[in-house]
Amino acid sequence: MFTDANKKRATEIVALYPKAHSAILPLAHLAQDQDGWLSPEAMDEIADYCDTTAADVQGVCSFYTMYKRRPCGNLVVSVCTNVTCLVVGGPEVLERLEHKYASDHDVFVEEVECLAACGNAPSMQVNYEYHEHLTPESAEQIVEDYKAGRLVARGVSGGLA
Amino acid sequence: MQRAQADGAYEMWKEVLRRADVQWIHDEVKASGLRGRGGANFPTAIKWESLPDNGLPRHLVINGDEGEPSTFKDRVLLEGDPHALVEGVCIEAYRIGSHRAFIYLRGEFALGADRVQQAINEARAAGFVGTNILGSGFDLEIVVHRGAGAYICGEESALIESLEGKRGMPRIKPPLPIHVGLYSQPTVVNNVETVCTITHILKMGGAEYAKLGVNRSTGTRLAAISGHVKQPGVYELEFGMTLRDIIFGIAGGIRDDKQLKFFLPGGASFQWLINSDEHLDQVYDIDDISAKLGTTLGSGAIMVYDQDTDPLLVAWRLAKFYAHESCGKCTPCREGSGWIEKVLYRMSHGLGRPNDMDALLDISAGISPDVMKAPFTQTTICPLGPSPVSAVASLQKWFRAEVEAACGTEAQA
Ligand SMILES: Cc1cc2nc3c(=O)[nH]c(=O)nc-3n(C[C@H](O)[C@H](O)[C@H](O)COP(=O)(O)O)c2cc1C
Ligand code: FES
Repeated sequence: MFTDANKKRATEIVALYPKAHSAILPLAHLAQDQDGWLSPEAMDEIADYCDTTAADVQGVCSFYTMYKRRPCGNLVVSVCTNVTCLVVGGPEVLERLEHKYASDHDVFVEEVECLAACGNAPSMQVNYEYHEHLTPESAEQIVEDYKAGRLVARGVSGGLA
Repeated sequence: MQRAQADGAYEMWKEVLRRADVQWIHDEVKASGLRGRGGANFPTAIKWESLPDNGLPRHLVINGDEGEPSTFKDRVLLEGDPHALVEGVCIEAYRIGSHRAFIYLRGEFALGADRVQQAINEARAAGFVGTNILGSGFDLEIVVHRGAGAYICGEESALIESLEGKRGMPRIKPPLPIHVGLYSQPTVVNNVETVCTITHILKMGGAEYAKLGVNRSTGTRLAAISGHVKQPGVYELEFGMTLRDIIFGIAGGIRDDKQLKFFLPGGASFQWLINSDEHLDQVYDIDDISAKLGTTLGSGAIMVYDQDTDPLLVAWRLAKFYAHESCGKCTPCREGSGWIEKVLYRMSHGLGRPNDMDALLDISAGISPDVMKAPFTQTTICPLGPSPVSAVASLQKWFRAEVEAACGTEAQA
């Protein structure tokens, strides 16, 4: 359920659009930032705000890869292995992080497509904050810095806390 | 905001409101020859001319989905100069008579979204956005809308679907968005760079802008150069340079004293070129490169690969991307991209079979009947389907012998 502050925020977001249905994506980001994932209950609630059914919201949200429909920890680490990162060490970064955090429930490591950071490849995002020019070691250090609170993370959907 | 204004931000917006002359904006942009920077190269002024006069509200939608592999120029504008985007949006909205503009950013652009939203808030506080802007009677609201990780939402009709809160699946055209777009109302969709360029054109004068560049490729554009070059990055290029000047001059040539092997002059979706004088002496000109070499400049990405790169691996990774990002609406793309990916996977991982290259051509023909032809033909609603076929065609054209050696084709024959 949205907190009171987020209920107010949700109403403001809906008002930005001529049709409430347009607010499904932004409200799903809001819910995911709040809860750390996009739960069925949240999608029910979004349906009420957007004048539609829960089934419709689920159908829409399941199309988009950024919405995590099961809990995935506090840190989503998205490592690019697309064609530029591919040839300058992206897969090695991914392998290191996948191995290191395989059984860490706080860190969800995923392989993603091009992040539009190819000029400084290889690249990754942690909760949608960019980190570029990586090596397997520096990437691991960055994730550790987030875990220890030395770096402050955005929400799981990239929103500011 | 202070720094942006010291650099002249919103001066042109004030001038536009002072002149209150829509035709002037139109004429300057038409004279400039500006063509969209999102990949399709459509002339912006011509798009405006197609707007129907049917009394329905008009929408302006800015495309900042930037998901095409190795395209990263719009991000530089969003994060680096968000006020320039806001000013461009104001001017274009004024031109088309839209009171609500949407800036659609890919979901991963969290920082870009923050910066653009902050720029809008500051512009509103200064009276440049909102109701009755600077006493002109013109109203404009700008909404920043984040997507959620789907490349296909860069295609304009899929973007509109996504903005309506639906799955991002392209619509069958016609009708074009300009006639039946967002909420079934007339909608202009333009790329981030396109809209930012409009302000510069008005400052320079359209005719002056058209003096830059060559032929129908007027002016400058942002090119994102990546891969095995010494100085990857985003550069503003004047059309008319040679590809050699771009790769070996601007981007500094190939890293680690290696040789160039092949490069993609227009992003991931179009055909590749190789290390030959004919290709390197080609001029950076949208129509010339397409007429002579059967490829295009697309979204402005230039990807460069050195002598040690396996073209099969690059083709496979691109195919994997398109297979993942196919929205699933058209069967040839949904099924075909997956098959291409599977065959290329085994070919690039030492498991290739003797007739795999022919298998690829055969599958490709189901998506894009004249496989080798550029510009491509398609059996799908949108051009995502034929995109992996460009990689297959490039392998066939330039690397057939290498591919056959890797797959043991000769051994069998
Ligand atoms: C699969 C696909 C992806 C696209 N992605 C983008 C994109 O990320 N950004 C963009 O501006 N245009 C993209 N386009 C092109 C748009 O459909 C559209 O032509 C463009 O936004 C129009 O703006 P322009 O005239 O300013 O270039 C894409 C097209 C296709 C078929
Ligand atoms: S290929 Fe990795 S960020 Fe573009």
